[in-house]
Amino acid sequence: MSDETTTGLSHRKLLMWVFLGSDCMFFASLIGTYLIYKGSGVLHPGPADVFDIPTTSVSTFVLLMSSMSMVFAYAYLVRDDIKAFRIWMFSTMIMGSTFLGFQVFEFSEFYFHDDLSPQTNLFGTTFYALTGTHGLHVTIGVIWLGIIFYSSLFRNTVTSKTNLDLDLAALYWHFVDIVWIVIFAVVYLFGTFTGFPSS
Amino acid sequence: MSVEIKNQSNHIDESHSHPKPMTYFKVAMALVILTALEILVFYFDWLGYGIIPVLAFLSIAKFAIVVMYYMHLKFDSKLFTYVFLGGLILAIVVILWLMALFGWFV
Amino acid sequence: MTTIPFKLPFNIKLYRPVSPTGVWGWLTTVDHKKIGVLYGVTAFIMFLTGGIEAMLIRTQLIAPELKIIAPEVYNQLFTMHATTMIFLAIMPLSAAFFNFIIPLQIGARDVAFPRLNAFSYWAFLAGALIMKSSWFLGGSPNAGWFGYAPITSATFNPGNGIDFWIIGLQVLGVASLAASFNFIVTIINMRAPGMTMMRLPLFTWMTFITAILLILAFPVITVALIELMLDRTFDFNFFNTKAGANPILWQHLFWIFGHPEVYILILPAMGIVSEVLPTFSRKPIFGYPAMVLAASFIAFMGWLVWSHHMFTTGLGPIANSVFTLTTMLIAVPTGVKMFNWLGTMWGGDIDFKTPTLFCVGFMSMFLIGGISGVMHSFSASDYQQQDTYFIVAHIHYVLFGGSIFGIFAGIYYWFPKITGRMYDEKLGKLNFWIMFIGQNLTFFPMHWVGMQGMPRRIFTYDSGMGWAFWNGFETIAAYAIAFGVLIFVINMIKSWNGGKKAGDDPWDGRTLEWSIPSPPPVYNFRDIPIVKSLDDFWRTKQNSSNSDTKVKSKTKVTDIHLPQPSYWPLLVAVGLTIAGFGIIYNLLFTGIGIGIMLITVCAWSFEPVNEPDSH
Repeated sequence: MSDETTTGLSHRKLLMWVFLGSDCMFFASLIGTYLIYKGSGVLHPGPADVFDIPTTSVSTFVLLMSSMSMVFAYAYLVRDDIKAFRIWMFSTMIMGSTFLGFQVFEFSEFYFHDDLSPQTNLFGTTFYALTGTHGLHVTIGVIWLGIIFYSSLFRNTVTSKTNLDLDLAALYWHFVDIVWIVIFAVVYLFGTFTGFPSS
Repeated sequence: MSVEIKNQSNHIDESHSHPKPMTYFKVAMALVILTALEILVFYFDWLGYGIIPVLAFLSIAKFAIVVMYYMHLKFDSKLFTYVFLGGLILAIVVILWLMALFGWFV
Repeated sequence: MTTIPFKLPFNIKLYRPVSPTGVWGWLTTVDHKKIGVLYGVTAFIMFLTGGIEAMLIRTQLIAPELKIIAPEVYNQLFTMHATTMIFLAIMPLSAAFFNFIIPLQIGARDVAFPRLNAFSYWAFLAGALIMKSSWFLGGSPNAGWFGYAPITSATFNPGNGIDFWIIGLQVLGVASLAASFNFIVTIINMRAPGMTMMRLPLFTWMTFITAILLILAFPVITVALIELMLDRTFDFNFFNTKAGANPILWQHLFWIFGHPEVYILILPAMGIVSEVLPTFSRKPIFGYPAMVLAASFIAFMGWLVWSHHMFTTGLGPIANSVFTLTTMLIAVPTGVKMFNWLGTMWGGDIDFKTPTLFCVGFMSMFLIGGISGVMHSFSASDYQQQDTYFIVAHIHYVLFGGSIFGIFAGIYYWFPKITGRMYDEKLGKLNFWIMFIGQNLTFFPMHWVGMQGMPRRIFTYDSGMGWAFWNGFETIAAYAIAFGVLIFVINMIKSWNGGKKAGDDPWDGRTLEWSIPSPPPVYNFRDIPIVKSLDDFWRTKQNSSNSDTKVKSKTKVTDIHLPQPSYWPLLVAVGLTIAGFGIIYNLLFTGIGIGIMLITVCAWSFEPVNEPDSH
């Protein structure tokens, strides 16, 4: 029996969109902090010294493709093709974990190779805080997907009837992706563009 | 007649059209191309400050197609759009204003 | 006995409470009415502790050059007094009403997310305990309720006080966010048939707008607090000037949250006034659509004024002028509300019971606070007023004369509905008059001493400054306020179980909560009402020709299924508390706390709302 909500919309889906609206303010504050402090730091290294755009581009592609994978997983679940759902779900998790792997690699490079820690200077502080928080969001997402995937191994636990659970996880996952779209453009590309007159 | 409080509906309650898998794939290709363009223009030093509107356009386009298609906002109730855009627009306005107070757009 | 729907490694069967009683019943409750009572009682106790902190402050200031309270302790007192009153008293007292009243006003049996609602209470309790325990665990925060950098840095503020403040506020933030998400979905999605948004009672509207403000404002202070915590605990550089940082960023982030926060503090009280005045004037609210629009405009403008708290920080004339203009603008919709309340009473058959008195008190006190507010809004005059007792006067007129009086109006108004009994009207009136006179005698002179230059946050003052008389006067008057609160407590204790029985509708009310028994049955409405207008209950009362014919209920009580109790909300809050204390003392506990939260959140999400074999 479907629940009788005033708008006909699911409570939980409405909750997720309200939450995402709220999370926009959260990430905006972190991105705002990063941009406000950009260029104010006193010590090296700065973004131009450490960023490796080609490598970060690869991880960006991976995260974007994980969103596509997520959408396929959902589409197959709605069709009750649980086997296909599991494959695409697993692939999403792999891609998300790969993105995290790239982040870990990047952080280690910065930390060990470039002597950039959060404590080193203002750039280190704002960069690690922003991308670290994003990485934490991705980690929570991977765990969430993992729990759904694990449940799906037990017959009749994850079916087309329970697709709302996956829908919510997918919305969260895509949100984490679009935040990265902003971070990649603003922090990495805009941040180290060499065409500005003073750079 | 029983009145149940079942507020955890696992039902899809949208009776609208669902994009086909092909559409999703096309969106993915668009994302790849837009990202490739972003990276390409990154190396065009001659753009100068022009990089800003270019990057803005490309990343907003990516943002928009993920939100509209993958997050399904285009096909769902307008309430979700208002709810999300409300938070997003407020976030953008407040942060831009704050950046202005720190001398960003002088 | 229930099992969770997939195989755990160790075949665990988890017991789930079905109809618990006693303490276990309270610990696992998901009933919004019980949660409202929990919020109300806890918040009132916190209000009393904040009052004690205030009395100590005033005692120290009763005469010049006293040494009753050491300066270091004094700093903790004013910090904790403000933090307590704002986050542990006013907000949760409002939340008590959100919880108890909103489902009743929209014709619902419960909220959208009963367990999330319960969790918000337990997280509030956790935050309150974390915050208040600082007094006993090495010292409370001492940098003001707004904690400006860099005085909050580890360099200038070693010791744990500020860490308690950070973690306490973060936990309270989680509680507030959870509650607000819940109420937004509840108000959008659980209204009775026919209850359009423009037929919502104004208290519900104000709650809705407050919740929206909250979910957008709290993330900003969450980020600011995270940045401060990273600086203090892990040596980050967010507010480290040596690294090139700018401590003003803290002020900006704080006030981007802080200004919407003050509207979060006042809108619910305004909502209560908008309920009480029509009822006791026996007239509908004047200009309902304008009230909704005005509140929405206030909420919207609230985002555009924040730097009026920073006029003296050197933002420059352009910024100062812009914020002066926006701040002046925001006074307009409040004026609209004032006139509409007056218009409601005008020509009405006014019954000056205690709730009405508190509303009239609210209007007059908030008006005075608003006038001083407009005086601060002009950046040039604010240069003289900033950081003086002139501002302290403003704050207390709007928050004590405003929010608290509004909340007291609500307590007296809804007391019969919540307890099923009437409070003592004589004691209620006495409470009002003592508090009203006390409030004015305490806080009005602060305008003068402020203009004479007395700064805020000073633990004593020179006898030659000329402030001694009014400070002494204010302190005596403050004791009167305390006496007034005592009268209130006596009234509550006397009336809660011993008052006259109230009946369903003692005030001849207008809104749906008065159409059900007092106290309401656990399922609220036997039949979900079909709403045909604003003030629908009033309409049905006017239209029914024979008040004796009760429509036969179509619903069998046994057919009504309510969400089952659960202990997961409490356990998640416990995990959150442990994680929080871990950041203050030992990160190992943060790990443990997070682990507990992962497990308990998972278990919560797999627990169905109702077990198939339960009732």
